[in-house]
Amino acid sequence: MSDLLPEPLTASSPRRGDAVIVFDKVVKRYGDNVVLRELDFRVKSGEHVTLIGPSGSGKTTILRLIMTLEKANSGTIQVGDDYLTHVQRKGKLVPADEKHLRKVRQRIGMVFQQFNLFPNMKVMQNLTEAPVRVLGLPKEEAVERARDLLELVGLADKGDAHPSQLSGGQQQRVAIARALAMQPDVLLLDEVTSALDPELVAGVLNILEDIAKSTDITMLCVTHEMGFARDVSDRVLMFDQGQIVEEAAPDKLFTDPDQQRTRDFLRAVLERK
Amino acid sequence: MLWDWGYAIDILPELLRGLLLTVQATLLGSAVAYALGLVFALVRRSRIPVLSQAVWLLVEFVRSTPLLVQLYFLYFVLPDLGIRFDALTTGVIGLGLHYACYTAEVYRAGIEAVPKGQWEACTALSLPRSRVWTGVILPQAVPRVLPALGNYMISMFKETPLLLAISVMELVGAAREAGSETFRLIEPLTMAGIFFLLVSYPSAVLLRRVESRLAFAH
Repeated sequence: MSDLLPEPLTASSPRRGDAVIVFDKVVKRYGDNVVLRELDFRVKSGEHVTLIGPSGSGKTTILRLIMTLEKANSGTIQVGDDYLTHVQRKGKLVPADEKHLRKVRQRIGMVFQQFNLFPNMKVMQNLTEAPVRVLGLPKEEAVERARDLLELVGLADKGDAHPSQLSGGQQQRVAIARALAMQPDVLLLDEVTSALDPELVAGVLNILEDIAKSTDITMLCVTHEMGFARDVSDRVLMFDQGQIVEEAAPDKLFTDPDQQRTRDFLRAVLERK
Repeated sequence: MLWDWGYAIDILPELLRGLLLTVQATLLGSAVAYALGLVFALVRRSRIPVLSQAVWLLVEFVRSTPLLVQLYFLYFVLPDLGIRFDALTTGVIGLGLHYACYTAEVYRAGIEAVPKGQWEACTALSLPRSRVWTGVILPQAVPRVLPALGNYMISMFKETPLLLAISVMELVGAAREAGSETFRLIEPLTMAGIFFLLVSYPSAVLLRRVESRLAFAH
């Protein structure tokens, strides 16, 4: 399976262990509401990092900033060697143009809470659209890649279906395949099981776990599924009020957290179950 | 006798020619309105400085002045500026431009109804801007607003008699012409009215059917 997936470490791609995402004093505000306060953190290439914490603590905003769906008010974000929203010119950082953004974005894939499949296209075209239009892959090659990915997510027979004919869990698996079809270095997962019926959650998480274990892809997940966070993560970051309260390996963080805030949060989440 | 069948049959060919011209003006005018309206909607959304405001101004201006005034302007004033079209072409441009300012709003509503997540998925996949429109946004926005666009075609059809003012011999013009020779207006005008009914009512029914099918498809 691993040969299906991102091995295309091109010249500019990071080597395993290098920092692939670097946040430096990132501030994000919506009006008076400060969502991220001078946030610093980094994710290494190939690392699987999970962000947990109460709603509104800024976790999703982090993913949206990396995907350039939002702009930071200040601070910088680096993806590999490139600044996300800036370029270096004569030793100074200046805002980047659309062309630069497009180049950086191509290294990042995102799976959304609401799937966001294109309802006007069949499943197959959902998967081939960007590889053909953006990467310039020949149609047949894109179709072949899409077939392999559909098999990977257990939907080999659904290429001709329309998204509306699929269950939520199936749609989300297609969305995962669609993101992987672009062979990103980094995969962002934004509460990917929150919109699913409870019995469909496991199917989606199992696939993500397979991908995490069998590929080099860097994963950054926002999730409320603590079991999943424990199983796939190399590191878990606990967020509250736009700042990292605590970070640790999952074994440590879930069994013996240092911070009272983390203990309170985990107790509240686990009691709800 | 109030109604003269012989006379009615005599003028029938003339009225049918008028009807044909009316349908022609409506179809051509709608084509202009649908294409230009989409351009207006896209330009206004683009927020290109000056151009976007200019289109906004044009749309507001056209929507707040009567079609008749616009037709007179196109037909009687533009030639003074050296721009001259024949009557039917002027009529088609006038109807098309006027209705484009309404269809632009329809397209805008359709585009805004496409969920934000679709745009975000396009960004996440780095799709080029032009492909985002042609591949994702418009294929979702336009089917939603087809019924509204169709309604404007029916409205336009019923407003074509205004072209009489710039001497296009459409249906009502043909009826009046027929009547002016004999001083009998009851047959030609009644028949013109019936023709309008025969075209617009089935169109409206058809449109309603398309609408319910689309509603089902969504």
